[in-house]
Amino acid sequence: MATVALENLRKSYGKTEVIHGVDIDIADGEFIVIVGPSGCGKSTLLRMVAGLETVTSGEVRINDRAVNDVEPMDRDIAMVFQNYALYPHMSVFDNMAYGLKIAKVPTDEIKKRVDTAAEILQLEPYLTRRPRELSGGQRQRVAMGRAIVRKPAVFLFDEPLSNLDAKLRVQMRLEIKSLQRDLGVTSLYVTHDQVEAMTLADRMIVMNAGVADQIGKPLDVYSDPATEFVAGFIGSPPTNFLQAKRLGRHIEDGAKIGIRPEHIRLVPQTETDLAGTVVYSEPLGAETLVHLKLLDGQDATVRQDGALPIPAEGETCGLSWEPASEMVFGKGGSRIRS
Amino acid sequence: MAGQGGMVQKRGSGLWLTHLGLIVGVAFIFFPIWLAFVASTVDQQAIVRPPMPLLPGDKLIENYTRALTSGVNAPVATMLFNSAVMALGISLGKIAISLLSAFAIVYFRFPGRTLFFWLIFLTLMLPVEVRIVPTYEVIANFGMLNSYSGLILPLIASATATFLFRQFFMTVPDELAEAARVDGAGPMRFFFDILLPMSRTNIAALFVILFIYGWNQYLWPLLITTDPEMNTIVMGIKQMFPSGDDTADWPVIMATSILAMVPPVLVVIGMQKLFVRGLVESEK
Ligand SMILES: Nc1ncnc2c1ncn2[C@@H]1O[C@H](COP(=O)(O)OP(=O)(O)OP(=O)(O)O)[C@@H](O)[C@H]1O
Ligand SMILES: [Mg+2]
Repeated sequence: MATVALENLRKSYGKTEVIHGVDIDIADGEFIVIVGPSGCGKSTLLRMVAGLETVTSGEVRINDRAVNDVEPMDRDIAMVFQNYALYPHMSVFDNMAYGLKIAKVPTDEIKKRVDTAAEILQLEPYLTRRPRELSGGQRQRVAMGRAIVRKPAVFLFDEPLSNLDAKLRVQMRLEIKSLQRDLGVTSLYVTHDQVEAMTLADRMIVMNAGVADQIGKPLDVYSDPATEFVAGFIGSPPTNFLQAKRLGRHIEDGAKIGIRPEHIRLVPQTETDLAGTVVYSEPLGAETLVHLKLLDGQDATVRQDGALPIPAEGETCGLSWEPASEMVFGKGGSRIRS
Repeated sequence: MAGQGGMVQKRGSGLWLTHLGLIVGVAFIFFPIWLAFVASTVDQQAIVRPPMPLLPGDKLIENYTRALTSGVNAPVATMLFNSAVMALGISLGKIAISLLSAFAIVYFRFPGRTLFFWLIFLTLMLPVEVRIVPTYEVIANFGMLNSYSGLILPLIASATATFLFRQFFMTVPDELAEAARVDGAGPMRFFFDILLPMSRTNIAALFVILFIYGWNQYLWPLLITTDPEMNTIVMGIKQMFPSGDDTADWPVIMATSILAMVPPVLVVIGMQKLFVRGLVESEK
């Protein structure tokens, strides 16, 4: 078991810096999810922890030992790749056993560990098969198995579920979560899927263009985003951003008011001075998403209970919300708290 | 027709016509070989007196025994052995060297990596015949005339094979190398445990091609082997033609020709399954 610490971690390719200094202390057994849009540097960050990418500056520490110059195999980590990276010519058993063989673990110990992993992952019937004779979900499990058998101090996952179909993804997500709980291994998990991030993470790192915009518990991040980017990225449908000036507020130039769709209520036009025309509504059963165009041209989305009446297209409604649910963001995107 | 594509099964007379065409083609190609075979089973008189016989005679065992054990200049068995050593040496050597150089070029970043690749690539344009004089000079100075190493070494570097393996290695996902690295496999371990088995079909295909290439070498062995004991079979056949007024021992020459064809055919048949797979699919 292990703690991981990143200290002002930076990465440049040539002259372009792609990771601009990330700091985090990860507690033993914690499940950390790194989430962000494509190209923000999630994989790069993870690969620096793995030792597959050199560190430009800063420090990676595993169990308080600086590992910047340590080979991946000596870092006591295991990694699950997006495309699984199984050895195509080896059986499932050999795929899982390969690392142990290299580490010169005794044969009966290898067998014991692989069998245990296969049992946990329900891979027993497939141990003699080649990877290409397995389904996507089974391959994914083998990749997990390969990580488990090594009994590493840290698990690293790089979008392990993104090649699976939606249903399998949900199932594997639950399995990974319970597996990680049972084994209690410190984990770093990269995804661009915010649902995965919200459900898996003990804490999450929201990355934006090489910067960790916010690090925190999923629900805290959701309810109290530190930047405009985080507020827009976490939550679906995304937060509405309205120009403060057009709402008649004078905070600072270019300031925006962020308000989550579920915090807006549709009210008769007479009760409020903010109104919009319904562009279209999406009844999803339990809830309805109403997309409006405000009279001053801005777009807004309202999420309301499915039992409430659904406004017709073209109808004009008033919008109202509690002042407490407002989030104010400055011109640069950072949160302004009053 | 054109729109239906070649995969559609033809039926009826079309099928028969196609087969007839193919059979005629095969017969046409095969006929000279058949004649050679017939000639290797009759005695000298039957060949020199027209018309040529078209059916095998009764001297098969006698002629072949004579060829294998005494031949004209050297026993054919010796020449077969020399050819086998050369062909195997060239094909295995080429495969080993090109695998390693492709491995270096694809997986290691070293100064001049692209330069080396292009240098290797350039040699594609220089076949043996072009560099044969300087190569001869070098081999002679090393004292390798009339030796197996002299037969094999100059032909062993292969740009084609290096290029082929480079292309194959580049299709292997980077993650595989990374996974191996996380698993603790060093570069050579990765090479032997993972890359090599994955290249198996390519290696087999290449082996067949290179074996035939090595087996059929003519000019080079002709130049550097003056001792009949070191003759290879392909050049040996030519050496059997008499100079001057001697009469050629046609049955033995023909038996030698037939014998010279057997090993490549065996290699092709033996490796056929792997070979075809290597040419048409790359393993996932
Ligand atoms: N070898 C490289 N050379 C130069 N730039 C690179 C290299 N690898 C990655 N980058 C750049 O670094 C940035 C971060 O890449 P990274 O792969 O970490 O993104 P990511 O967040 O994992 O994206 P995705 O979700 O698409 O996988 C990108 O802008 C990418 O262009
Ligand atoms: Mg990535």
